[in-house]
Amino acid sequence: MLMIFGYPAPLLFGQLLLGLINGAFYALLSLGLAIIFGMLNIVNFAHGALFTMGAFVAWGLLQYFGIGYWPALLIAPLLVGLFGVLLERVFISRLYRLDHLYGLLLTFGLALIIEGLLRNEFGSAGLPYDIPAQLQGAVNLGFMFLPIYRGWVVLASMVLCLGTWLLIEKTSLGATLRAATENAPLVQAFGINVPRMITLTYAGGVALAAFGGVLAAPIYSVTPDIGGGFLITVFAVVVIGGMGSILGSILTGFSLGVVEGMTKVFYPQAASTVVFVVMVIVLLFRPAGLFGRTA
Amino acid sequence: MNISRRTLLGTAAAVATVPAISRRARAASTIKIGVLNDMSGPYRDTSGPTSLICAKQAALEFGNKGFDVEILSADHQNKPDVGAAIARQWYDRDGVDLVLDVPNSAVGLAVSAVSKEKNKAYVNCGAGSSALTGTQCSPAMIHYVYDTYMLGKSTGGATVRAGGDTWYFLTADYAFGHQLQDDATRFIVAEKGKILGSSAYPFPNTTDYSSFLLQAQSTGAKVLGLCNAGSDTVNSIKQAHEFGLKMKIAALLMFVTDVHALGLGTAGGLMLSESFYWDLNDRTRAFTNRVKSKTPNNWPNMAHAGNYSATLHFLKAVADMGVAEAKKSGIGIINRMKKMPVDDDCYQGNIREDGRALFPSHLFQVKTPAQSKGPWDYYNLISTTSGPDSYRPLADDHCSFIKS
Repeated sequence: MLMIFGYPAPLLFGQLLLGLINGAFYALLSLGLAIIFGMLNIVNFAHGALFTMGAFVAWGLLQYFGIGYWPALLIAPLLVGLFGVLLERVFISRLYRLDHLYGLLLTFGLALIIEGLLRNEFGSAGLPYDIPAQLQGAVNLGFMFLPIYRGWVVLASMVLCLGTWLLIEKTSLGATLRAATENAPLVQAFGINVPRMITLTYAGGVALAAFGGVLAAPIYSVTPDIGGGFLITVFAVVVIGGMGSILGSILTGFSLGVVEGMTKVFYPQAASTVVFVVMVIVLLFRPAGLFGRTA
Repeated sequence: MNISRRTLLGTAAAVATVPAISRRARAASTIKIGVLNDMSGPYRDTSGPTSLICAKQAALEFGNKGFDVEILSADHQNKPDVGAAIARQWYDRDGVDLVLDVPNSAVGLAVSAVSKEKNKAYVNCGAGSSALTGTQCSPAMIHYVYDTYMLGKSTGGATVRAGGDTWYFLTADYAFGHQLQDDATRFIVAEKGKILGSSAYPFPNTTDYSSFLLQAQSTGAKVLGLCNAGSDTVNSIKQAHEFGLKMKIAALLMFVTDVHALGLGTAGGLMLSESFYWDLNDRTRAFTNRVKSKTPNNWPNMAHAGNYSATLHFLKAVADMGVAEAKKSGIGIINRMKKMPVDDDCYQGNIREDGRALFPSHLFQVKTPAQSKGPWDYYNLISTTSGPDSYRPLADDHCSFIKS
């Protein structure tokens, strides 16, 4: 058997693939965060809680209305996105002129409230949510057993990330969005409703998180801390990729998933910290992040 | 009427002291029990609000025997420093007489050190580490419900005897996980089994176990030994199914609440050990009927039942000694509890001098969906081991306050 660094190659390939799967979640979450930070200048600490809400909405749709996974994939992001509109209009829009810290505290508080309410209502052991019938089972790749559903997660998030990036970088809507971040009064002078645009951007970022939540629901139990667990790592991803850089957060999300996966092979105890070690190193040499522009 | 200034002042002073005296009198005749556990994290369902409900149920059934009972609750967030600080405040400032429950062995051990220092009573129902009555034992503590030695012997031993002789461990990287792995290893090796490897993963906050499962698979071991608890156990089993793991799973610590979360479709067939199950006999069913309306989505597991039984046993000891005597010394109450036999709807047996409660342990197999006939009908009883046979012999404790 082929050995790499004293480990059988199939095992390493398997870990590489698993890293990519986790990376898919990091990419989806950090993409939403990067968009929100880039456009609104808000560090959205509620992102994990909104991811959790996505998972819970999917579970609730099935439990109370008999609506399955596929419709939920569309409905949950829509509902959570609407909730995002509410959050932005009622709370966040009041903070744009203040220091970043206020936005951070507000969204952090919101996250605690959302998670606390869910925990109170549903407990912490988790609610079961089954993998849709079409994606059940696994394929034998020779070096590992790949559950079809995990393959779907990677595919779906890659497509969504790419789509979002194209939307922002290559369409006229994206161009207006980017212009509005650069110079809002000027864009407004062209007759474009900038506040509404900002609200929709927040809703869009939030919907991405909720989509991730629905994707995650069948893999992990639907628990109130399903998103909170990801959040801290995802912030590290955003910082490493460069705050507000969309492409940066996508690429960093996937690659840090792989780095973390490899750490689990060689020194599992460090798996939860390796991302932060990378963050420290990156900040030392490139304070603006790997893909960030220095202001 | 002529009232001198002195009389007036004296009367006023006397009147002013009356509320203070009666308040103190009430405090002196109130026994306070603090339920300290995880109200917000991975062990919320295995301990949490249901533990509190069970302790309150015991106080309610005990009634008023010349003193009031007040039950407090706090969340230790699975942090030893937070848990120790709350215990310290309870003992020092709030006049708490007993700290109860304390799941998570790291927190459980930290609180034990505080209770020993303050000479205040402590009964642990939720934590597993057998070090609590071993190298880190304390004369002010009772370890009530189960421990890692009992789990390793019961589930570990039974799994090896059923043919699972090569093991890979998936271990939560803290006091409990390592102790459970050590204790299980002892019985696996004694039964001529072999350990082929282990992964210690960061606790808490690990939700994805797939890479460890893959490593376990690659060693060719027959059994995956889970040295974790609560939602970690639930997620590892779920993911083992997802990845089509060909290994037999030994969930060394699993509560009926975890089985509920997993669903019988995934959990059916698993072997596990608990010292209490609601459907064990008429008494356990009677107890469950009394509390289940208060916790309809989370029926009591062994730790919850332990909170009920320990509260009742503690209150009986206090009534036996008298409140004034009981308030003097935590070690004094604990010693009295050790002398009295435990007998209630959940547990029967006695408590050994090192603080180990010796209740029978039961090996269960989880029912398949077809076998289950109603809500929470989850276990088939395979065998029962007597209390003294379930736990580590006193001679092997290495407990400092036991004279050998």
